[in-house]
This record gives sequence, C-alpha cells and structure tokens, in this order.
Amino acid sequence: MSARDDVLARIADAHRLAPSPDLPYDAVERAYRGAEVPGPDAGALVDLLVDRLLDYKALVRRTTPDGLAGTVAEALRERGATSLVVPEGVDPAWLASSDVRVVADPGPAGPLTVDALDTADGVLTGCALAVAATGTLVLDGTAGQGRRAVTLVPDYHLCVVRADQVVADVPQAVAGLEPTRPTTMISGPSATSDIELNRVEGVHGPRTLEVVLVEDAGPDRG
Amino acid sequence: MSAVMLGMPGAPPTSPRGVGHLRGEESFPAAARHSLADTQLRANLGHATRTIRGKRAAVVAELPDWEELREAGRQLKVHTMAHLPAYLVQLEEAVTARGGVVHWARDAAEANAIVVDLVRGTGSDEVVKVKSMATQEIALNEALEAAGIAAFETDLAELIVQLGHDKPSHILVPAIHRNRAEIREIFLREMGDVDPALSDDPAALANAARLHLRRKFLSARVAVSGANFAVAETGTLSVVESEGNGRMCLTLPQTLITVMGIEKVVPRYRDLEVFLQLLPRSSTGERMNPYTSLWTGVTPGDGPQEFHLVLLDNGRSAVLSDAEGRDALNCIRCSACLNVCPVYERAGGHAYGSVYPGPIGAILSPQLTGVEDNASLPYASSLCGACYDVCPVKINIPDILVHLRAEHTEAQAAGRRVPTAEAAAMQAAAVVMRSPRRWRLALRGGRLGRLLGRRRGVIGEVPLPVLKQWTDARDLTRPPTSTFRDWWAREHGDGQPSDEGERP
Amino acid sequence: MRIGLFVTCLADGLYPDVGRATVRVLERLGHTVEFPEAQSCCGQMHVNTGYQKQAVPLVERYADVFAGYDAVVAPSGSCVGSVRHQHAMLARRFGTPALQAQVDAVAAKTYELSELLVDVLGVTDVGAYFPHTVTYHPTCHSLRLLRVGDKPTRLLRAVEGLELVELTDADQCCGFGGTFALKNADTSTAMLADKMRHVLDTGAEVCSAGDSSCLMHIGGGLSRIRAGARTLHLAQILASTREEAA
Repeated sequence: MSARDDVLARIADAHRLAPSPDLPYDAVERAYRGAEVPGPDAGALVDLLVDRLLDYKALVRRTTPDGLAGTVAEALRERGATSLVVPEGVDPAWLASSDVRVVADPGPAGPLTVDALDTADGVLTGCALAVAATGTLVLDGTAGQGRRAVTLVPDYHLCVVRADQVVADVPQAVAGLEPTRPTTMISGPSATSDIELNRVEGVHGPRTLEVVLVEDAGPDRG
Repeated sequence: MSAVMLGMPGAPPTSPRGVGHLRGEESFPAAARHSLADTQLRANLGHATRTIRGKRAAVVAELPDWEELREAGRQLKVHTMAHLPAYLVQLEEAVTARGGVVHWARDAAEANAIVVDLVRGTGSDEVVKVKSMATQEIALNEALEAAGIAAFETDLAELIVQLGHDKPSHILVPAIHRNRAEIREIFLREMGDVDPALSDDPAALANAARLHLRRKFLSARVAVSGANFAVAETGTLSVVESEGNGRMCLTLPQTLITVMGIEKVVPRYRDLEVFLQLLPRSSTGERMNPYTSLWTGVTPGDGPQEFHLVLLDNGRSAVLSDAEGRDALNCIRCSACLNVCPVYERAGGHAYGSVYPGPIGAILSPQLTGVEDNASLPYASSLCGACYDVCPVKINIPDILVHLRAEHTEAQAAGRRVPTAEAAAMQAAAVVMRSPRRWRLALRGGRLGRLLGRRRGVIGEVPLPVLKQWTDARDLTRPPTSTFRDWWAREHGDGQPSDEGERP
Repeated sequence: MRIGLFVTCLADGLYPDVGRATVRVLERLGHTVEFPEAQSCCGQMHVNTGYQKQAVPLVERYADVFAGYDAVVAPSGSCVGSVRHQHAMLARRFGTPALQAQVDAVAAKTYELSELLVDVLGVTDVGAYFPHTVTYHPTCHSLRLLRVGDKPTRLLRAVEGLELVELTDADQCCGFGGTFALKNADTSTAMLADKMRHVLDTGAEVCSAGDSSCLMHIGGGLSRIRAGARTLHLAQILASTREEAA
C-alpha cells in the first residue's frame, strides 16, 4: 500500500473507531463580524489605518492625488535614497518629482538579480489593499506590486495606498483577495519578539516601511 | 476496547519510537527538578511570559467578537477533522494542479527520507529553514546532517538554539529560556563573523542575525518550511512570521519543500479570515504579525519554481481515533497556553521532553506517542484551566489531561496482576466513600492523625512516602477532635449519626 | 427553599469549622439547611488522578442524596466544579441515560457558597463582623470553571470592619491541584512560594478563599515558614460576628 493510501486508510479507521458528530461546513457558526458587516466610514478607516501603522513603527505620510509625486519625492529625499527598484506597472507619475535612479524590474521577462535588489536603496510599490484594524498592507503580485522578492530584499519599502483600497478588517481583506496569487501581508517593518518576547523592529525583511496614503479630499487634520 | 471482537478496525499506529523529538529522557517531575533550580531560567521565563501575557490580553480586548471568533475556529477545526481524508485529497489535487508535488509520509523516518531525497535531487548540500514544529518533531535537521546536508535555521530564536547547541523550549520562541546577555554570549562564541563590540541590546542582536544570515539567504537554492495553514479548496499554503526570514526562504530559493502535519488543512480560503485573526493575537500578542505569506503551487516568475509538499501523519491518525482526546489536533500552535501556564512558567519547556511543551504538549505528545511513552505529562498540570481560557480554538486541555490520566491508569492496570499502590489506595477510598457507614468510620479513624501533630497543632515533616511529598514544604492540618457530621448529629440531629441511605 | 448542604469530604473530616460556618451564615439569614448524612465525596479526587470508573458510584450517590433539594450548597468551588462538569462527563461515559438526566438536574441546582448567597438568595451583606485586613485568593475552579467573578469579594466588602487588600496575580494558581501537589511536589512548591510571597506582600492578616483544599496548601506553607498570616475560608469570615468571632 502506498503511504498515501495508508495514511488515508488510517484516518478512515480512526473515524470508524470514534465517529464524529456531524457538523456540515455550512453549519459552522460564524457569529463574528464578517466581511458583510460595514466598517466605519472611509475617513475613519484611513485614520485607523494610520494609527495602527504608526503603532507598529511604519512611517506614514498623507497626501492628495495632486500632492503624491511631491510627497514621494520628499520621502525619498529624507530617506537619502538615490536608487529605487520600481516593478512593472507602477505609475511613472508617482516619480515625476523625484530624481532617483530607477532600477526597473520588468518581472518574469528579465528579473533583476538578487544582488541588484540588495544593492538598491529601496523599492516603490502600490498594494492590492490595506487593512485598517490591523495596520496591514496586502500585496498580491499584480501590476505595480512586483514579484515577492522586490519588496523583500531592499531595506526600504515605500508603498502607496489609495484611500479606496483601505478595508475595515481581516474578513473584508480575505474576501477581496484572489487566493491563487502569491500574496504577502505586511504589518510594519520586519520585527522579532524572540529576545525576551519584546518586539524590536528590523531583522531580515525591509527595516523601514513607509506608507504614502492618498486621499481625494485631502487631509483635513494636521 | 474490544475492537477486534466487534469487527472494528485496529487503532492507527502512534509515532514510532527511535526517531524524532516527542519523547524525553526523564519524567516530567525529574526534569522539572533541574529547571526549577536554575534561577536564571526562572527569571527569564517569568519575565518573558509576563510580558507576552499582557500583550495578548490587550489585543484580545480590542476585539468585541473574540469569543465568536474562537467558537468559529473551534467549529471549523471540528468539521475539518471529521472530513480530513476528503480535504487532504482536495488539497493534493489543488497543489498538483498548480505545479506542486505532494508526498505522503506515514511517520518521521519516512518524511525525513523524502526530504533528504528531494534535497539530494537538487544537487545542493545545504538548506535554509523556516521555523517549523513539524520538522522539529521529526528531527529533520539530524536526518539531513546524517545525509551530509547542512540545515541552517533562520528564525532568530531557532538560530539561538542551533548556535547554542541547545533544545527548543517554546513553540513560538524556542529560545525563550535565554536572556539577552546569554544570546550575546552565544553569538560572540558561535557566529565567527560577529563584531566583538556587539552589545546585548535586542536591536543590535537582531542586526547581528541579519548580517550573519544575509549571504545565506541570497545564495540559498533550497528551503524547507512548515505551514500554518493549507487551504484544501485552493491549494494555498500559508506561513505566518515576523522577521522576514520566512519570506526569504519562501521566495528566493529555486526549490521549496514544505513539511506539514495532516491536521493543518483548512477547508476554504475564506476560513483564513478566522484564523488570521486568532493566531497573531494569541501568539505574539500583535494585531497582525509583520509578514504572512500565501502561495499556491508554483507561480512562474515569482518565487520557487519547484514546490514539494510533504503531508505527515506520525501518530496524528492515532490521535484522531480517540474521541475524548482528538481535539488536541485542532491546535494552531499559537503558544498562548504556554504563556499563561503556571507550571510551564516555572518548569520551563525542556521539562516536557517533547518538542511540544506546555499544556498543549502535555496532551499532544502522549497521544502522538501513546500515553505510556509520555506517562508523566498528563499529570504535569494543576488543572487550573488558564490554558483553556486562552486557547483560540477552545481546546479543553484540562478535560483531555484528565482523560489521559485515566488512559494511563487503565493501561497500567491492564499490564499488571497486582495493582499499583496508588490504584489500590484509590480503589479502597472509593469503596469507603460510597458507603456512608464506612465513610463515617473512616473519618473518625482519621482523627488518629491527631497523634502526629500534638506539639504545634499542625503536622510538620513526616517521613512517610506520600505524606513526605506534602510535608516537605507545607505543614499538614492536624485533624480536628470532631468531624462535621459528628457536630451536625449533636447540634441538629438526635445525636446519633444515621445510616439512612446505606447501600450494600 | 430546601437547601441541602454538601459539606465536601475535606471539610467533613479536616475542616468541620468551614461546614459549621456555612450552616451558621445560612441559618442567620433565616434559611433552613439540611445535611443528608448519606453524602460522601464528589469523586473529583478519583477523576483527576485517573480513576474515573471508581468515581461513578460516588456520582450516583451524590445524585441520589441531593435529588430532593431545591438548592445544594457547597463551601468549595472545586467540588461544585466537579459536580457541574465532571459528573455529566462520567454519566455520559459510564452511566445510563437515566443517570445522565439525574446528574444534569442535580448539577443545575448545585451552587458554590458565594453563588448561592448572591445569585440565588440575592444577598451581599450577610451581617458579618470581621475587623481584620483580608486578601482574597479567588481559586482556579471558582474563577474559571464556575465563573463566580466578583461575588466573593462583593460579600467580603460588605463585611463590617473588614479591609480587603488586593492580591497581586490573584488569578494565578496556588499550586495545589490535588494529586499535582504530590506528583509534582517541586513545581507545586514553586507555585506556592509565589502565592505566599504575594499574600505576604499585601500585609494582610488573613488570606481567604472559597476552597479548603487551596487553603490547606497555602496555609500549610505559611505555617511552615511561620509567616504570621493565617488562612480562613470565606464561609468562616461571613459567619463571624461580634459575638462569635472567627
């Protein structure tokens, strides 16, 4: 008997020895706040996201569509980044005011080497969506987000999030994702709690995560 | 159970002896004696568990629907375990359809052999590893080493354990028993490439790990991981982590080999909405861990182009055959139960022998190995119930501990003609207690104990075996002159204890 | 209301004052308490040590003895926890459907003392007088199996003259755990040491709890080190008056 058949037979034996009460999938009680529960309004969502991002030590800038290029340029200048990995699909307008050297990653057609990613000063991407309650950015490898390595190897990740991409909580995020895409959920810069269970930021992934939030109405708070 | 006579199937085999890290060398009380005397360990564990308990409580309190999430998590697990073969086959089909290769392993030795063969097939003589309980359980690193393949642990705590030639002592933070000063010592001694001026600041230590592993990540050709979740519906696997070492391993190498216990499957992608809320808050006490990776088979141009999934039984089907104990398989390895356990906090993870320490280890290890191979673990609990309160999938750990204690005493009784002293005493107590007359006489007899404590009104150290365990550290109350029922008979009754209700 | 007292085996044999105090409090509040003498033990000791089958006759006895009462009270969160949780489990595994029904019915009206007073009788001020500083150890089974919450401390706060001092890490187990205290005596003692330290840090004269077993453990430890603090069961404090002090 193959290991596969053997393992499956063992489980079947176990079930015959100790039958389980029948609990169909659709009968599973989901009394928690699911994807259908409306979250706070858009402005409150963005505020919550900012609060949670800052709590986990991400840097945050808020801007309008018109101010985006300037805000990106300002972030890069303050960071001192002179070379920037930019995956395919990032809107060139985001970099219209920046004078960094763009290291384009064309994706599968001719990907950058790991060393090229490692020597760049940072990476600029968009995201698939962002989760307010947990301060999470979700990237799924579609246009403007790059393959997974480009947001991993560079030490600085600058991510542009539009207000309409912000969802309330994890259920809304999961409902909005395409499962088979390679997906990365990012909550703050890399961190560890392995020393005395105290969280410290900055290990193998990008040690600095900066988020530019783009709101149509413009930030009405300081 | 007379399964054979009823024409029932035999119970599935438990994890075979001789390979893996599910059995300790000493009983829990003996092993705990060492760790209880280690003041540094006690201080480290006390500090770390107190920190994480506070963090968990704070982020759990943020969710108004925490109890509803726990209940959904529990029911999803119960449903999954009842339909496990179908979900495993569905997972296999989905992974295969997306370019992955699925392997099945009956036990640790088989899983290790599969991984060794796969690594050899790539021509590489080293692998980078993401922290994984399953590969710890089967002693994969040792198997790889025996095959001439070097395994590099990349999680910071696993790195500390590996460099320190140590054993893991916690599910989430295997080096929880080490403090910053000890970690600095280990890094200075073992890393070889570390700045001698390294401080014991956690940020500096994390940076040292970054520098040490950077080259390894960027050049690795093969990675080995575990999995937190595997979605049957889509074939999607998930690793939940913090440092980015997981992403490095899951993204940069050409080949990825994931070893996963069969119980890790979840039915649908949607179910992640439950578990991705439960796990980080229970585990590191964060709203969300820094990185969660989700991948489905192979994606051209992104990540490993060869993906192997090894599905591991190693005693899990045996656990499933016990209706009273099988909920132990529902565990999502968050380690909240360790962090609140007063026994774990004092005895430490090594005392449990197995890679699965703490309350969950005390119910999981004996079931994976057969209770007689870990007979002291079900007793390594005061049954205080703190573990059940925090478990994100509501595993009733105290009830399962009690159940396993019964399994142990019954296995002992079946294997001997003369009962153990404990069994004889328990039987005698039961005989006395079920008869009011005998019970009343026994209570009177107990007053003979008054002879022991005449001087201080309490009983000090007594050199009798069972009593000594008590009186080593605590005085024993001197039995009173009169039992309650004697008093009652005098005050409320006719002065004569009644034998009403007597049974033969 | 017919109230049956389940005094528990430990109080019957070793701590009769706890049983007497329970009776006194209830009688002072105008209730009649009955003590069916055919009672013995809830069986928890057997179950928790791994001897479930041996506990079944004790479960049957409990269900028989207390079937006729409107409410059953016990001065022990742990024993009530056993009645409410373990009896049903044993009846399901080893008993008849009739026993299961009987066990469920009796369990549903079995109360720990603070539950009976606060929830059933609706009293928080029982008219007690106890002019001492007291700290309260909530005990694991009262806290987590019965969820008695702040009922015991509400009762204590209403006691005239009593100053209640908060216990650090009150929800942490004292390390008793029945046979745990014997089979894992070292770990149990380590837990006890921390509990005693917290008790002594309060400066209270008395450490109280709703379980004689935990108090036997904590009190035994305090006595061994001649700590100068004593233990008293909740019932004993609630029974205490100017005329008859605990």
